[in-house]
Amino acid sequence: MSFLTLEDVSFRYPNGYKAVENVNMSFSKGEAVAIVGQNGAGKTTTVKLMNGLLKPESGNVIIDGWNTKDYTTAQISRKVGYVFQNPDDQIFHSDVYSEIEFAPKRLGLPPEKIKESVMKAAELAGVVPYLKEHPYNLPFSMRKFVTIASVLAMESKVIILDEPSAGQDLLAMERLGLMIRTLVAEGKTVITITHDMEFVVNHFERVIVMANRRKISEGNKRDIFWDFDVLEESMLKQPHISRVSRSLQLEEKVLSIDEMMNHLQQVNNW
Amino acid sequence: MSFIQLKNVSYKYPIGKGDVLKGINVKIEKGGFYALIGANGSGKTTFCNVLRGFVPHFYKGDLRGDVLIDGKDIREWEMGELAQKIGFVFQNPFTQISGVKETVFEEIAFGLENLGVDVDIIIQKVEEVIGLLGIDYLRDKNPQELSGGQKQRVALASIIVMEPEILVIDEPTSQLDPRGTEEIFKIIELMKLKGKTIILAEHKIELIAEKAEQILVFQDGEVVMQGTTEEILTDPQVLEYGAALPQYALLGLEMKKRNWEVGQIPLTEQQAITTVKGLSHPKGEQVCHS
Repeated sequence: MSFLTLEDVSFRYPNGYKAVENVNMSFSKGEAVAIVGQNGAGKTTTVKLMNGLLKPESGNVIIDGWNTKDYTTAQISRKVGYVFQNPDDQIFHSDVYSEIEFAPKRLGLPPEKIKESVMKAAELAGVVPYLKEHPYNLPFSMRKFVTIASVLAMESKVIILDEPSAGQDLLAMERLGLMIRTLVAEGKTVITITHDMEFVVNHFERVIVMANRRKISEGNKRDIFWDFDVLEESMLKQPHISRVSRSLQLEEKVLSIDEMMNHLQQVNNW
Repeated sequence: MSFIQLKNVSYKYPIGKGDVLKGINVKIEKGGFYALIGANGSGKTTFCNVLRGFVPHFYKGDLRGDVLIDGKDIREWEMGELAQKIGFVFQNPFTQISGVKETVFEEIAFGLENLGVDVDIIIQKVEEVIGLLGIDYLRDKNPQELSGGQKQRVALASIIVMEPEILVIDEPTSQLDPRGTEEIFKIIELMKLKGKTIILAEHKIELIAEKAEQILVFQDGEVVMQGTTEEILTDPQVLEYGAALPQYALLGLEMKKRNWEVGQIPLTEQQAITTVKGLSHPKGEQVCHS
């Protein structure tokens, strides 16, 4: 059953720029969904509509029975946590612990519960060693994990990650993957904007494709990454291993190294 | 003699706890394309800062060992002089754009203006770069109103117009979409063809595998591996150091692990296609697969 629904949503910025047109999407509890598309496709505007930072010009955004038009962003943020694309848009405390503690504290939780939430979030985001550091003494990639932790500490049911994979190294990508799996296992909905197709292959099943302010397709990652009309319209490329498979006209629509290995073994009867 | 040479270089930031660069020995040849890879925090950006003289001139701190740029020690170079030899492109184009110019054309002209170059020559050079990078459609736009990818191209243009011999580029595509990333790599290739020396820190390893000639692997402030792209990016040791390998190489390595006849480990899409086409099983023996 849908927990978060966008019904025919359009949005125009105050300067007149129409950023999102007639978008329909829905998300269930306990699923991880990737949103892909070039910059300017409307991805960030769409997710900002989900947590009430923006309100639709027309259409409705319904979260857990609430229409975002009837609630404040502060109220909605208890249900939907949004991690900004740029951590520096979000960070404002002078140490990592206070940064993470801010939201649960504002929710008025008892001190023990606050501490528990902060530590759980810090652990999941891998920032426990940096709790006493000033966020700006940390590199960009780690600051991103600080902002992720501060959103996780809200324990909202929906978590939106806006390009968490940008500029991350191998270890950080693995940590992100593990974190997403853990959240989904806890029944949370994780919605992630990314440009990294291997990241999508490794950690997501459902993919939403946006181009020119609209949702142009959605579906299982295999159907999406082998739909050349959709890829062309959104100017996206197949995952690297899929490209090899396509050039060789292999029978199977492979997405990953493992799948390629299995396929080659089978066809060669090795 | 090498164009750039670092001999046993270590460095500590003024308020840092320990060395962020440790005993670095690297030679960079004129006209080469060098990629710096490794985990975040492994020293790539500090290494870039040494090359452009920000260490020690601006950040101060404790620099030991020798850094020779075109035969002259980094401590003896005037910052202004060095800036004309080495162009530096920041990770974030927002850091680079001056914020005081109202059109892309003026933004690109800004560096030359500061050098007191004749107006006629400035106009001619800016026109050249705009043509070269194919950004004529941006010339009258306000730099602040550009997309991230467009900004990064303007940032590159404003460096290229100064005609530096060396380009040091620190993760130029980390905030860009795939299309923006491709545009930046096209420009870098163009500069390579013009004989510039390129030093690029970048995480997008499949692009590195396709374009770079030499790789330096950083871990914990040390250069732990260096060599040609073919040598380094087919070596699983790279993963142990926290850096990535291209998907194509990982595929080849997996085949090799299973004793398939792979030949050369592939690095690029084209090579991977050739590898899969030419696959054969060793001596027809059955391998037990899990």
